[in-house]
Amino acid sequence: MTDLTKLTIAEAREGLKNKDYTSLELTDAFIGNIEAANAQLNAYVTVTADQAREMAKASDAKLAKGEGGALEGIPLGIKDLFATKGVHTQACSHILDGFKPPYESTVTSNLWADGAVMLGKLNMDEFAMGSSNETSYYGPVINPWRKQGSNQDLVPGGSSGGSASAVAARMCMGATATDTGGSIRQPAAFTGTVGIKPTYGRCSRWGVVAFASSLDQAGPIAHTVRDSAILLKSMASVDPKDTTSVDIEVPDYEAAIGKSVMGLKIGIPAEYRMEGMPGEIDELWQKGIEWLKDAGAEIVDIAMPHTKYALPAYYIVAPAEASSNLARYDGVRYGLRVPGKDIVEMYENTRAEGFGEEVKRRILIGTYVLSAGYYDAYYLKAQKVRTLIKRDFDLAWENGVDAILTPATPSAAFGVADQDLHSDPVKMYLNDIFTVTVNMAGLPGISVPAGLDKSGLPLGLQLIGKPFDESTLFQVGQVIEDAAGSFEPEKWWG
Amino acid sequence: MSVDTDTVKRVARLARIKVSDDDATRMTGELNAILGFVEHLDEVNIDGVEPLTSVVEQTMKKRVDGVTDGSKADDITQNAPASEDHFFMVPKVVE
Repeated sequence: MTDLTKLTIAEAREGLKNKDYTSLELTDAFIGNIEAANAQLNAYVTVTADQAREMAKASDAKLAKGEGGALEGIPLGIKDLFATKGVHTQACSHILDGFKPPYESTVTSNLWADGAVMLGKLNMDEFAMGSSNETSYYGPVINPWRKQGSNQDLVPGGSSGGSASAVAARMCMGATATDTGGSIRQPAAFTGTVGIKPTYGRCSRWGVVAFASSLDQAGPIAHTVRDSAILLKSMASVDPKDTTSVDIEVPDYEAAIGKSVMGLKIGIPAEYRMEGMPGEIDELWQKGIEWLKDAGAEIVDIAMPHTKYALPAYYIVAPAEASSNLARYDGVRYGLRVPGKDIVEMYENTRAEGFGEEVKRRILIGTYVLSAGYYDAYYLKAQKVRTLIKRDFDLAWENGVDAILTPATPSAAFGVADQDLHSDPVKMYLNDIFTVTVNMAGLPGISVPAGLDKSGLPLGLQLIGKPFDESTLFQVGQVIEDAAGSFEPEKWWG
Repeated sequence: MSVDTDTVKRVARLARIKVSDDDATRMTGELNAILGFVEHLDEVNIDGVEPLTSVVEQTMKKRVDGVTDGSKADDITQNAPASEDHFFMVPKVVE
């Protein structure tokens, strides 16, 4: 029998419908892979095997009757940021110790309503703050990719490192993830997987643990462009419980796949060619331009003069919003409590022990930039710069550009506990230099695997689209996938 | 702009996070690295630019002012570190 865990979601959907195998067999195959690999890769923080089998059996009953939703019987992993009823939901933080929500997030509710099966909760950077999955209370996730001839452990990127690693190592068919500054696209690029952050307002934020509310968006990580389109179609919805959820019907994203890109205008912003960027990243970008040109797209140079200010503005806006959102963790209503001599000391002790170093750093930055006398100099200025960043994009769309092509990351995956990156917090932040502009402007962005570097590690290209035009990203993304092929790490684990 | 150790302690107090003297010293350096980085924004001319308050041009949706949920005191207090009769228990705050 074929290895069921090697299937794409699109293939499994057909196989289940044709009764070539059952969802229980499929689910068991993934549980087997998780049991074999998780001790080494640490992608899951909780495995819900019993629940998964029950959900699979329910799906099989529906499939037997020729019924079932768009994801009927498809086993998925869920990032620990999504509230899942009665199941571990801690944003991989110690401060949410023991938290099991009595409710379900809208995004996961949508997935279960469409028949998906939950395998468990995936590791991530604490409160989604990080670019290497090393800030998790549950320890780092290991990338299934290694450099050729090396056994050094590499990071899968972050914050959705567990999601990316689990997909790449065939520990789920696809995974939910979230992206505040690049947390879907950077891990996807580091693991040879596809990740899309949709337009702000496309997926409901209800039941997703908040980091920076004006930037956070949920999206999928999967093996192929088509699989990510299938998942996004189910995850996205119009939700009255989220006031920023936008009243636009969710289109059939799969319909865009396979459509010609003839005549589409693809913008190339020179400002994404950063000083000190490895030559390989630039070469990959040029290759992507050639592929799209060969497919009939028109390549145009565009100017994005405020690109380099996106990351500094982000490091004001995101910590400011985080410092407000994380004020709720006070040791009173849920999670960890560390006693003190009075209530204030209880708060201070709880938050000192419950939050990790990176989270504390961002809360302090956020508190400082919002404090009396500094608000205008930092927060207000950053919000004005954000207007200029968005205007750069608006001008491109006004000039008829359909999508923008850039590299996804300034490097391939790096080592766990990298001394240089940990010596200065800003160095780690630079990972998001190509992805963060998209969050600042609320736009959709997809990372598609496009090649391997000379040490054999995957690299991705990013496509940025107009608001609510995810369809064009899937359309163009498929052209890159067809030209580049797919990438599978050599198995050394499990 | 940069911060000194006393400012870090004051901000930590505002954020209700206990920091030791050693923590405060270490954090001062880290926070100054970040503040130094965000200072790049000083190069940008923002005269006459409106701050971005929403990335999507949409009027805030309003819901009907009605009761849609409730009677879930068990659910609400079930994750509390200390609760009694559907109240959250905290250290004494009034003498």
